[in-house]
Amino acid sequence: MAVLETFYDVMRRQGITRRSFVKYCSLTAAALGLGPEFVPQIAHAMETKPRTPVLWLHGLECTCCSESFIRSAHPLVKDVILSMISLDYDDTLMASAGHQAEAILDEVMEKYHGNYILAVEGNPPLNEDGMYCIIGGKPFVEQLKRVASGAKAIISWGSCASYGCVQAARPNPTQATPVHKVILDKPVIKVPGCPPIAEVMTGVITYMQTFDRMPELDRQGRPKMFYSQRIHDKCYRRPHFDAGQYVESFDDEGARKGYCLYKVGCKGPTTYNACSTVRWNDGVSFPIQSGHGCIGCSEDGFWDKGSWYARLQDVSGFGIEATADKVGMVAAGAVGAGLAAHAAITALSRARHKGDDTQ
Amino acid sequence: MSTPQSGPLSDSDLKGTNLDGQAAQALRARRVTQIYVYEAPVRLWHWLTAASIVVLAITGYLIGSPPSTLSGEASSHFQMGWIRALHFMAAWIFTIGFAGRVIWGLFFGNAWSRELFWVPFWKAEYWKDLLDELLVYAFIRKEAKTTIGHNALARTALFFCFTLTGLFMIVSGFALYSDGTGIDSWEGRAFGWVMPWLGGNLSTHYLHHWGMWIIILFVMIHIYTVTREDITSRQSLISSMTNGYRIFRDDRPD
Ligand code: HEM
Ligand code: HEM
Ligand code: SF4
Ligand code: SF4
Repeated sequence: MAVLETFYDVMRRQGITRRSFVKYCSLTAAALGLGPEFVPQIAHAMETKPRTPVLWLHGLECTCCSESFIRSAHPLVKDVILSMISLDYDDTLMASAGHQAEAILDEVMEKYHGNYILAVEGNPPLNEDGMYCIIGGKPFVEQLKRVASGAKAIISWGSCASYGCVQAARPNPTQATPVHKVILDKPVIKVPGCPPIAEVMTGVITYMQTFDRMPELDRQGRPKMFYSQRIHDKCYRRPHFDAGQYVESFDDEGARKGYCLYKVGCKGPTTYNACSTVRWNDGVSFPIQSGHGCIGCSEDGFWDKGSWYARLQDVSGFGIEATADKVGMVAAGAVGAGLAAHAAITALSRARHKGDDTQ
Repeated sequence: MSTPQSGPLSDSDLKGTNLDGQAAQALRARRVTQIYVYEAPVRLWHWLTAASIVVLAITGYLIGSPPSTLSGEASSHFQMGWIRALHFMAAWIFTIGFAGRVIWGLFFGNAWSRELFWVPFWKAEYWKDLLDELLVYAFIRKEAKTTIGHNALARTALFFCFTLTGLFMIVSGFALYSDGTGIDSWEGRAFGWVMPWLGGNLSTHYLHHWGMWIIILFVMIHIYTVTREDITSRQSLISSMTNGYRIFRDDRPD
């Protein structure tokens, strides 16, 4: 592998002080859930190891993952990690364009074959031979497969790459398909969210740089350190949930008092993400803190799982808006009436046949 | 019901039974036979399960649609906390009971204690009995044959609406439970595969919720049919589930 400059070299070149660098390392250690004893380890890795080249591809997407990424709380993150990535290839952020950009891609792929990380934002649509997303004159799915073949590991940024997201919502006309269903022979790390939190994204990259391995993943392939708890488990409104104090509608007293948003459809109880601990925009807030329920943006198929303002999805096929409870109660009523009628007929026929079988 | 008797049936023997008030003379010609079917652990299990299901259905419904908001400080209430705690306690009783019932059926119980766990759909006799029962319920046939265990229709309903649905509630319930205990807990390790398989966390809630309605409908029909059979059929039902004896009211051939 050709020698690359280290993270630290890049940082110094960008005029970042040693002091800020150490601060970045401790913040990252905290974000990764590591103790202070890991700070020197991270610093050491950043100083000595050649940085891992990252190639960042864009398929069918809205670029919200990139938008989130460049708003990382700590300025160093965006300065350093971002410049490092754009140094290699990221067609929306890099300076070069067109053939020049594609040439860089080929160059990195060749030079660091088997050693680079492929980060994918968005996903490939497979319908019509992939014609719904064209990069450099060819279907994105081809570029994805080509670049993936030489990658060490793949990071699926956001819900699009991880699960499909809005472009894969029913009826999914372009057959948008998450990365792990197209690339079957490389380890895929899913970092879902629409978009994922910036600190989560940089944390994943820093972890891989520091420890030279994939972060520990859960069953669905998400890094455990950021996706092992639900929004609900660390939500500051949780005491109101346990107490039985809910916002019943968005303009009521409970809403003003900051009660739990469960009854207005909060998906916090079914959503694994770090929003309620890391929060957004430098830890300023997160949706629930500003009074709106979680919509479950980091869960598989969240567009197709019913209204964001109802807890469970409606029962389709019943024409009207029917919840499971409404249908259940109607069914119970019908069964109850049926049983009553059956009982009445039973009684009548018994009265008629009374004494038939005695003797 | 009175204990087995050797002498001829007298009027007083019928006191307090479902035949109370009928003349014993008419029955004397028949032999009233009885068989010990539902052993004590099965009966105990039945009523414990019934009680736990009532608690599970009420608390489960309230988890889905909580009561209206309580006023005052959050620190002075623990309403949803209690609803969920009760659901989980009843869930444990239900689950341990279910497991115990399987073990009893497999290793200790009599032949009828195993009827709950499968349906002999490959036997022509089963289909005939099932049809006969359905015809009785449609008021086309007057009566069905007597059975020592469950009749074919009851057995089918029990197997699908209770055994399979109950198993599903346990599996999906513990998967949901692992949300709280964490993916590295034993619940997470043992049942973590369930939610991806059912289409995600929210879908698991949704299907667990539907399971409740299947069980509620089953229980309604179950209570109606055992009561009806108890009154109209040729054998005892409800008392069988309390004292264990199945009593046949005639010994006519089927
Ligand atoms: C939540 C409520 C209930 C549930 C889940 C339930 C479930 C069951 C199950 C699983 C069996 C099969 C037992 C076995 O083979 O081991 C059974 C049988 C039986 N249950 Fe229930 N039960 C409930 C309530 C009741 C009630 C309220 C009654 C009485 C009115 C009752 C009377 C009976 C009788 C008589 C049988 C025997 C039926 C037969 O011989 O075919 N059950 N029940
Ligand atoms: C036949 C038995 C059961 C019935 C009828 C039942 C019913 C329900 C219902 C209706 C819900 C609300 C679902 C929703 O709207 O989100 C629920 C939630 C739940 N049930 Fe059950 N359940 C049963 C058995 C179990 C078992 C055996 C467990 C195992 C631990 C379990 C654990 C849970 C959990 C963890 C929740 C979610 C609680 C929450 O979201 O805070 N249930 N149940
Ligand atoms: S607001 Fe949402 S995440 Fe917070 S406690 Fe209520 S239901 Fe849970
Ligand atoms: S609170 Fe929920 S919907 Fe909002 S960003 Fe976080 S995971 Fe997505």
